Amino acid sequence: MSFSDKIRTIYQEQLNAISEAGIFKKERFIHSRQAADIEVEYPEGAGLKKVINMCANNYLGLSSHPEVIQAAHEGLDSRGYGMSSVRFICGTQDIHRELEARMTEFLGTEDTILFPSCMDANAGVFEAILTDQDVMISDRLVHASIVDGIRLCSAMHDTFKHSNMDHLESKLQLHSDKRLKVVITDGVFSMDGDCAKLDEMVALCEKYDAMLFVDDSHSTGFIGKTGRGTHEKFGVLGKIDIITTTFGKALGGASGGCVSGRKEIVERCRQKARPYLFSNTIAPVVVSGVLKVLDILSGNTERRDKLERNSDYWRKGLTNAGFVLKEGDTPIVPVMLFNAKLSQDVSNDLYNEGIYAIGFFFPVVAKGQARIRTQISAGHEIHHLDKALEAFNKIGKKYDILGRSKQEIIEMYGL
Amino acid sequence: MSEEMKDIVLEYVIEEYLEDEDEEISYDTPLISGGIVDSFSMVSLKRFLENRYNISIPDDLATPEAFDTVTKITVLVDGFLK
Repeated sequence: MSFSDKIRTIYQEQLNAISEAGIFKKERFIHSRQAADIEVEYPEGAGLKKVINMCANNYLGLSSHPEVIQAAHEGLDSRGYGMSSVRFICGTQDIHRELEARMTEFLGTEDTILFPSCMDANAGVFEAILTDQDVMISDRLVHASIVDGIRLCSAMHDTFKHSNMDHLESKLQLHSDKRLKVVITDGVFSMDGDCAKLDEMVALCEKYDAMLFVDDSHSTGFIGKTGRGTHEKFGVLGKIDIITTTFGKALGGASGGCVSGRKEIVERCRQKARPYLFSNTIAPVVVSGVLKVLDILSGNTERRDKLERNSDYWRKGLTNAGFVLKEGDTPIVPVMLFNAKLSQDVSNDLYNEGIYAIGFFFPVVAKGQARIRTQISAGHEIHHLDKALEAFNKIGKKYDILGRSKQEIIEMYGL
Repeated sequence: MSEEMKDIVLEYVIEEYLEDEDEEISYDTPLISGGIVDSFSMVSLKRFLENRYNISIPDDLATPEAFDTVTKITVLVDGFLK
């Protein structure tokens, strides 16, 4: 069948609608390694511009770490490039199982299973472990990949208001007749940078005989005293039944993810999770890199400590400048602008000042909640943060939003 | 259709779904098509009605259309009470 004019017109109209709504995403091409200092081509065809990256998930600054690169080279040499098979046919190497064991030890769980990505882990896990006799109760701000996983599962689904423990408890009571109950949350919420109240959630789950699921993608490697994640921060190591996380952010930033938790859950995924069964697992070169990342993190807490110091410095700098921030204590620091166009204008002006930070607006965040999401890295030095603060100050003055309240900014620019 | 039931359902919807206390809704505010209640969260409303009025609403009748306003919900529930 040819791609007829009729078909083409339908797609063109859809794409035009995205453009007209002002939400057409344009990619910026990075010509260097991922790091605090990058070289960017934007718009397409423009000359390269050196900018400071303030929006990567490269929390520990390990994306281009020389030891990780070296380990990846060695993995490539010793285990080859690809597996050309799914895990259960002939796609499992010794290093895959080694990484699973190392993640189990790192996260303090019973067992771990790798997935091609955390998106795949979240898409596959619920269907693998639940049936229509069960219920999933999720925080209303969980990541899109969890929403997709929930959609693929036949269990009943309900939600609770963001981080509202009274509301969660009422839902656990409402669904007390269900065979299995799973409470679902992000560990750190990616758009707001706040943490789930895991200590209270564990208590509620114990009280109502429910399992607890945590996606710790924006936490593994740096939240908690030794970087184990939000369960370490809240003193509930060993009490989270299902953790999903990614290797695509702090842990080297390449790709891949996993489900880690109770051994029966992990085995159920190995037998039933469709993204695991019907897709190649993580390439050996990436596995080798992640193993080195775990070596680096197990040696000392230097990088997560530096990240914590950098995040404090950045948050204080923006607060002193007079920006409205989302409260929190993670490396995700959202600068609230409320108006979608303002978030795009500020982002563009920052770029011209040599600062790469992206504006987010509806539907990525709620209407009237547009923002610049800044993300701090252990790869940042104080001079990076000072230069970025200088640029934020300059642009903040230009739009006269420094020292203004949420209400005042909304009155000036609308929602 | 009882006004009392309308008030009970309206109160539940406000308590369950609204985040902003200043937001106002009426009996005929579109809940699902208006983006106040997402289809994911509809299940708690259905379960609330079933428990409160001791009825069972079949899934094929618990549609986004039938649940779109407080008035429509009370019409649906009334049908099971008669």
